[in-house]
Amino acid sequence: MINFQYARATDVVDAVRQIAGHANAKFVAGGTNLIDLMKMDVERPTKVIDITRLPLTQVENTPDGGLRIGALVRNSDAAYHPVVEERYPVLASAITAGASQQLRNMATTGGNLMQRTRCHYFYDTATPCNKREPGTGCSAIDGQNRMHAILGGSDACIATHPSDMCVALALLEANVHVSGASGDRVIGISEFHRLPGDAPQRDSNLGAAEIITAVELPPKGYAKNYTYLKVRDRLSYAFALVSVAVGLELDGDVIREGRFALGGVAHKPWRDPQAEAALRGQPANAATFARAADLLLRDAKGYAHNGFKIDLARRCITRALTQAARGAPQSQSSKKIV
Amino acid sequence: MAPYIGASTSRVDGLAKVTGQAKYAADFNTPGLAHGSVVTSSIAKGRIARIDCSAALGVNGVLDVLTHENRPLMADDDQAYKDDVAPGGSPFRPLYGDRIMFSGQPIALVVAETSEIARFAASLVRVEYETDAHVTDVRRQREVSIPVKALASPDEAPFAPPRTRGAPEQGLAAAALRHAGEYYVPIEHHNPMELFASTVVYDGDGKLTVYDKTQGVQNVQRYLCGVFGMKPEDVRVMSPFVGGAFGSGLRPQFQVVLAALAARALQRSVRVVLTRPQMYVLGYRPAMIQRIELGANADGTLEAITHDATTVTSQYEDYFRQETGWSGLLYKCDNAKYEHKLARLDLATPCDMRAPSAPTAHFALESAMDELAVALKLDPLELRLRCYSDRDQNNDRPFSSKALRECYRQGAEAFGWDKRDQEPRSMRDGGELVGWGMATGMWEALQAPITVRIALSANGHAEIACATSDIGTGTYTIMAQVAADMLGLPLENITIKLGDSSLPQSPVEGGSWIAASVSNGIATTAGAIRDELLQLAKRMPGSPLANLAPGEVALVDGKLVSRGDASRSASVADVMRRGAVDRIEQEKTTNPSKDVVRAHNTHAAVFAEVKVDKQVGVISVTRVVSAVAAGRILNAKTARSQILGSVVWGIGMALHEETLIDHRLGRIMNANLAEYHVPVNADVHDIEVIFVDEPDDSNPLGVKGLGEIGIVGVAAAVANAVYHATGTRVRDLPITLDKLRL
Repeated sequence: MINFQYARATDVVDAVRQIAGHANAKFVAGGTNLIDLMKMDVERPTKVIDITRLPLTQVENTPDGGLRIGALVRNSDAAYHPVVEERYPVLASAITAGASQQLRNMATTGGNLMQRTRCHYFYDTATPCNKREPGTGCSAIDGQNRMHAILGGSDACIATHPSDMCVALALLEANVHVSGASGDRVIGISEFHRLPGDAPQRDSNLGAAEIITAVELPPKGYAKNYTYLKVRDRLSYAFALVSVAVGLELDGDVIREGRFALGGVAHKPWRDPQAEAALRGQPANAATFARAADLLLRDAKGYAHNGFKIDLARRCITRALTQAARGAPQSQSSKKIV
Repeated sequence: MAPYIGASTSRVDGLAKVTGQAKYAADFNTPGLAHGSVVTSSIAKGRIARIDCSAALGVNGVLDVLTHENRPLMADDDQAYKDDVAPGGSPFRPLYGDRIMFSGQPIALVVAETSEIARFAASLVRVEYETDAHVTDVRRQREVSIPVKALASPDEAPFAPPRTRGAPEQGLAAAALRHAGEYYVPIEHHNPMELFASTVVYDGDGKLTVYDKTQGVQNVQRYLCGVFGMKPEDVRVMSPFVGGAFGSGLRPQFQVVLAALAARALQRSVRVVLTRPQMYVLGYRPAMIQRIELGANADGTLEAITHDATTVTSQYEDYFRQETGWSGLLYKCDNAKYEHKLARLDLATPCDMRAPSAPTAHFALESAMDELAVALKLDPLELRLRCYSDRDQNNDRPFSSKALRECYRQGAEAFGWDKRDQEPRSMRDGGELVGWGMATGMWEALQAPITVRIALSANGHAEIACATSDIGTGTYTIMAQVAADMLGLPLENITIKLGDSSLPQSPVEGGSWIAASVSNGIATTAGAIRDELLQLAKRMPGSPLANLAPGEVALVDGKLVSRGDASRSASVADVMRRGAVDRIEQEKTTNPSKDVVRAHNTHAAVFAEVKVDKQVGVISVTRVVSAVAAGRILNAKTARSQILGSVVWGIGMALHEETLIDHRLGRIMNANLAEYHVPVNADVHDIEVIFVDEPDDSNPLGVKGLGEIGIVGVAAAVANAVYHATGTRVRDLPITLDKLRL
């Protein structure tokens, strides 16, 4: 752990000014990921800007019928917010599937978007890692890669994004509001996180001197037919091997429109328009679900230890689509898969 | 007064623990305390070519950086580094030289005014290595592993494999049915809640008071005296509370050497606390490849057993335990052969981990027995009963007691085993496959020489002193219970002192031997107190106890009472007052009887239910019944806690625990609690513990100890249940969902 300056931001403008004015600064909110990484010597910011007092803690309805969740809303507060529970239960479910109660009480909405991979090599500074030290190589490709990506990886990196919340945000097509020196802008969630390509050190398209101010959910919440199914190596407090968020609109037994997003399989929450198109207008049955799963996984690639994820993902997609179609979403308190 | 022994007495140290008054090794403060942060090697094998500490030394607040190049004098012979429980070989010497023997090896200690400064400066130490080729994969070293020799006398090397019985090859050839299987258990690591830490207080005259996380304060004291050439009176080691250890604290660990080294170099008090990743080189349960072949007769009796095991050790020590041979204690079989080989890897030496060797060996043996039952179309419990052995066949002797049959009966009844459908995949609960499995567990009932001092005051209070440890198992509490009963005093009048090397002699707390050792030790010394009181009482004019022999008198409710005639009694307070003594002190050593004509063991029957989602493969252990025969239970509550914790650990062994090594780097990659999985609350469901009545006369109190028996057999019971649920036999742990064929 290195020595660093600590400063408190007074408002969003001040936060942007401070981060723009220091070459190696980081924002800290809940600190549930950054502080660990600093202790492990992985993150070495020379300045840490505390943004916890910024007025970004509101959850508000938007004029178009959506919901705006401030970047500093704690994960627990978001998950248990009555509007989120009622209109966006898939988001509530995904958040409570992640981490532990204590961590969710600290972690924030913006911080969750910014959490970094749990790749073993990223955390161990004695090993090569392109994400941590560009150009040193990827240790995971020929190393321990049980937790790693089967989709969208590159020769430079096969890390996964560890968030559960972001998988639900991808499903809901949330917009990420950011603020920077040149003003405010909105980044669609699908454009927010990046694939590793040849620059795996960049997790997201957030500018170096930008701050997330809110996440805005469009009106459509799939409150009736949804699920968040997370499968992991123990029943709680573990990162997903595979997770699936589903939202369906049904006309009787026929899918009018459906979406599904996967976690634990790629460098970002994974959606596939072709696979979703295969749901449209089809009967909500096993054959439809299997076809959609196969489409999403058509380019999946396994490595020495994670090849099983391809078949597991297929099973999880089918199961999650079944749960959503039945209106029987996965419970995050009882771990029994419904 | 109802006896305390056997009662569900709550922990006497519970209040201190939950209010934060119980101090652990890193909690002790002293003026001028400096803090050490450890620098570890990033390579697995080679030597340090150059170590540059200049940047670290330049940090404001850094006091020194100790390396092999500038450390103070340390002993240069292996004998000095051999602690009480060291295996054969050449023990690791922290900061001794430039050789690297495992990744994560401590190579420097940065000492600073604060722990934060020390940790920061530690990240600035630059090391250049000359690297040698390493090997960390047991499967790669299997072919060149070294046999553990079977020795002539069991006393010579208690962990060597038992000798061959009968004619195993002919037995296998003659068998009606044979089963052979190879089983694998990966390296598993200790993860006690408390981080390993040592606070070394440097006294002006060079004497050290060492607060250490350890299971043996006197072991650490002797070791430090050896390493630093100090006199015993100049080193006092204290460890009043230990936040979990279960074997990881048996041997002195390197942080205590580094802290003492720095304290001596700087002539200042120093604390060293390891980080969680640094604890992954303190020892581990060795990986184990086992091949078992069983030959059975058509009636399910065993004709022959062969069991060979390859386990992991380091390049510098020969660590092994009794990995084979459990079958010779459990199952009647005239023909048996055992082999045990060691694979040398470039890792730290393994260490004992709750019931060392037994859960791994039982996973293989009890999986193989389950497979044999399937092949014979026999109920797995019925197979165990048909093969039941009333003798220790390894040494051809009876057991002091073996209530395993009753464990099977009571466990099966509580579990509802008779409702089991034998066919795999036949039991369902909605979309889940239900499996019921069982296994046997076995451990040793040991007792070691121990010395206990009791000081009885005329006001009816007693202090019990012994240098043993309480690693969280409840030793304080059972000591107080036994003392209260033996001295006829209320529990609250008993004070326990332990975890201090200046107290009377104790072995390390391990092997489940402390309960039997210290309880009988207290009984012995309490007897001496009674004898002294009786002498005083007899001097009283008209003594009601005249002419009574010591054995005819007991201490009950603050009185000396004739066992034959309760009306003949004298209050202890009166006796002491009239004898003009305000304090009686006795210190006695209790040696276990050398009963080698009988085997001494504890047993368990474990029944497990799993539910497996038949599409996705998620496994839940929904129910476990553990029926344990472990002699006399001193405290029903703390004993149950021991078994509950063991079962949870067994679930982890079955489903979760695995140390992941990148063999290219020779480095452990999941050295933290997020990535090294142990069960969390969601993984633990109903656990029922049954203690089967088991009178045993191996020691006066009939105590066998039960800190370890509860884990043995759990992983096998879960694995067998997974087979019953899914039809998939997983022979390599942990049973993760990708290993199931659904």
